Amino acid sequence: MPRIRVHVDGTAYEDEVEGRLLLVHYLRDRLGLVGTPIGCDTSNCGACTVLLDGHSVKSCSVLAAQVDGSQVTTIQGLAEGEWHPLQKAFRESHALQCGYCTPGMILASVDLLQHTPDPSDEEIRHGLEGNLCRCTGYQNIVRAVRTAADEMGASA
Amino acid sequence: MTEDIDVGAVATLVEDSGEMGTPDGTREVGRSRRRKEDAKLVTGQTMWTDNIQLPAMLHLAVLRSPMAHAKITRIDVSPAMSMPGVVAVFSGADLKDELGSLPCAWPVTTDMVQPDHPPIAYDEVRYVGDAVAVVAARDRYQAADALEAIEIDYEPLGAVVDMEEALKDETLVHSDKGTNKAFVWPLETGDVDAAFQDAPVLVKRRFIQQRLIPTAMEPRAVVVHPVAAADEYTVYSATQIPHVLRVMLALSTGLPEQKIRVVAPDVGGGFGSKLDVYAEESIALIVAKRLGRPVKWTESRSEGYQATIHGRDQIQDVEIAADRDGRIRGLKVDLKADMGAYLQLITPGIPLLGASMYVGIYKMDAYRFSCTGVFTTKTPTDAYRGAGRPEATYAIERIVDELAAELDMDPLELRRRNWIQHEEFPYTTAGGLTYDTGNYEAATERAMELFGYDPLRAEQAKRRESDDPVQLGIGISTFTEACGGAPSRILGQLSYAGGGWESASIRMLPTGKVEVVTGTSPHGQGHVTAWSQIAADALGVPFEDVEVLHGDTKSSPTGWDTYGSRSVSVGGVAVHLAAQRTVEKARRMAAHMLEAAEGDVEFSAGTFSVKGSPEAKKTIQEVALATFAAHDMPEGVEPSLNAEYVFDPENFSYPHGTHLCAVEIDTETGFVTIRSYVAVDDVGSVINPLIVEGQVHGGLAQGIAQALYEEAVYDAEGNLVTGTMVDYLVPAAPDLPEFTTDRTETPSTSNPLGVKGVGEAGTIASTPAVINAVVDALRPYGVNDMRMPATPERVWRAIREGSTGGDRAAEGTIAWGGSQTATTAGAESGSAQ
Repeated sequence: MPRIRVHVDGTAYEDEVEGRLLLVHYLRDRLGLVGTPIGCDTSNCGACTVLLDGHSVKSCSVLAAQVDGSQVTTIQGLAEGEWHPLQKAFRESHALQCGYCTPGMILASVDLLQHTPDPSDEEIRHGLEGNLCRCTGYQNIVRAVRTAADEMGASA
Repeated sequence: MTEDIDVGAVATLVEDSGEMGTPDGTREVGRSRRRKEDAKLVTGQTMWTDNIQLPAMLHLAVLRSPMAHAKITRIDVSPAMSMPGVVAVFSGADLKDELGSLPCAWPVTTDMVQPDHPPIAYDEVRYVGDAVAVVAARDRYQAADALEAIEIDYEPLGAVVDMEEALKDETLVHSDKGTNKAFVWPLETGDVDAAFQDAPVLVKRRFIQQRLIPTAMEPRAVVVHPVAAADEYTVYSATQIPHVLRVMLALSTGLPEQKIRVVAPDVGGGFGSKLDVYAEESIALIVAKRLGRPVKWTESRSEGYQATIHGRDQIQDVEIAADRDGRIRGLKVDLKADMGAYLQLITPGIPLLGASMYVGIYKMDAYRFSCTGVFTTKTPTDAYRGAGRPEATYAIERIVDELAAELDMDPLELRRRNWIQHEEFPYTTAGGLTYDTGNYEAATERAMELFGYDPLRAEQAKRRESDDPVQLGIGISTFTEACGGAPSRILGQLSYAGGGWESASIRMLPTGKVEVVTGTSPHGQGHVTAWSQIAADALGVPFEDVEVLHGDTKSSPTGWDTYGSRSVSVGGVAVHLAAQRTVEKARRMAAHMLEAAEGDVEFSAGTFSVKGSPEAKKTIQEVALATFAAHDMPEGVEPSLNAEYVFDPENFSYPHGTHLCAVEIDTETGFVTIRSYVAVDDVGSVINPLIVEGQVHGGLAQGIAQALYEEAVYDAEGNLVTGTMVDYLVPAAPDLPEFTTDRTETPSTSNPLGVKGVGEAGTIASTPAVINAVVDALRPYGVNDMRMPATPERVWRAIREGSTGGDRAAEGTIAWGGSQTATTAGAESGSAQ
């Protein structure tokens, strides 16, 4: 079995993993980091999105064995002391209802704002097209990402 | 509209009792409070059912039938027993004596055909996805692996997927019943024959409500924790209905109800799909009982697309009779509703929830409705957002547009001539319901202002004249619906097995904080926030001091749960009334403490004072502490400060609104783009405008998705062709427009808060608004109807053939990609999920 060393949310782990084990199951079932949910089995929904070395990936599409030597950030490790501006903006803009898509939506937005710090509404919608939400109709999600972008731009 | 909502204007509409309000003098009801629920959701500290890990817990995987209809001639589970990590494997025959039939709580007619519904099939399978065996193993991968070792032989019995084919009774879904017809349910008011005889104008259409897959983002899951020695069972389920589930599990398995505790932990959306009692809930309970160990089952998305209920799937034959001046004389509706292979919890009742709503907001002399329930070899249908009312609203709003076209009259003008005027309420419709309040004029006027109706009509004329390749269509939907389910008396009249009341209790804690216990079971609606606002106002305590307990039959023992936009108008009202009852008890204690007559004690913003001596006062927190210590109680008042209220409404509430949609259609590609969408909803008084706006947005998304994107397609052999998220198009952000929303407020008189319900309004209104816009754009091409979803292919064909775009299933094509480029990299590696 492959042996991996990985930092998840700032903590170092070393584990033997079955070759077929998905990253999302490693996070949930082995590490108990259940903040990352699973919404589909075809990598359409994006609920399981995490940051792998700073970039968003769907953790159902990555094998645990592939993350050896990497840094993984889940929704549980995003806040540094205080909430990330996107976490605040999602609450402020009522960008979540059931909240199941929210971890993935926020982490995909983190990546979006890294490469497009001042996105138009259109760019936000296209940037998040790999993340499905069934509750909000996306309007308040767009609003939240816009708000966070403004705040992050102002503090940068 | 994205601007902030005028909170002040909203608050003034709630009748001021003179006693409500928080200690700082502000009103909570009507404020756009940010949600208490969100902190855990945005930080990943949620307790979804699949997050639950218990000592020695086993994972269940369910083997499902790949055949739509077959006899099980042989099943051998023993090869799976020796697979790594496997603890037990059961076939249907192994468990059949302990698993009762899954319940259907709505025998809509006395002669309804109600087939046995075993949670695991043991002799015959009747749809692709029917459970046939279950594995319990140490982890989810091992459980999934073991499924492949089970040996099973089937003898095909023939699929029947089309309702009209099924009604020929050539292939029987349940051969022992002798028919595929589940029931026929009629309703008639007025003299229908007179209304239609000699009617100057008759318009007839057949509308198809395609099959939809609800797709709540959280897949279903269930965890059962048995305490074998005590014969006690805690069932955690991703359900909308923990209270109903508890009763039904007791009835179907024979386990004593008091030994079963049901918990709905954090639940990630439902839209009706978790308003059910499912095979896996019974299976998990009985397997946990057998093994004496906790078990967990979590569906994969593709598994859920087969094994979780579907919605809609109806054929509507609709005919309207009118005079030349546009006055509607009568309406006939002949409905066929696909039940699927079995009757789930309220499957037969779903089409009937719309039975009285086909008349919409219009006055007419006569109405005839008949619904035939039909069995097919497909996944059972049941409640999906709106449940019966979207279908009814679609039919009436579409046929009214067709009538307008026939009369060459503006469709808004035709509606105006027929709708109930605001001064005519309460109004008993030809559907037999009494609408309490409404103001269709006000909502329509506001919507037209925001939409720019006249300029858009002018632009449409210009584009038509110039033969512009991009044509413009305008769609109208002036809808109403019935919420506040339900007066228990009416449910009884409709043969529903359950009631429709809701319970709430208020517990003032010794420290002056408050626990609200509710029988509603939220899964995204924000009840913790909204119920806190209601209680804070009535008790005069800070919003932050209120906690809301729900979704656990141990802490919240009674209730009818959350569905059908019922929660605020039944459960929220119960909270309000329980809080008022608490204040009345506190008033007696305060009078005793202040040595005043009870009638002289006034209550305002959380403080009791004596009329005429304003210095003599006690806060409700002081009173709560005094009742806790109970050293000196007045005669006849029991210690502790709490109260309960069970509210059973007298009538439904009737949200309404006017939705206007403008679409642009590229006539060369058939691609439909929503250019603008205006929704003006009247949901009565509003507790939290931010939450209301969010509910409308999400509702619109699902209604638009039915119009443009989603369809569950079966092939002739009964295979679900759109069986994964790759093939079933749930819209993503680029597929939906920016909505303009606003509200008018006509308080309901069916309850003391004036609230109506908002969960389904957007979905009910938007589907016909979009399709009316599409048909309006294409009318010059000879198009007078459009099959849903209005995919580019269908629209393109309709333009060329002057047709409805045809039947996608028959054409053998499947879902289209919209703007999404599905990434399928995980498909091959995700099999064990």
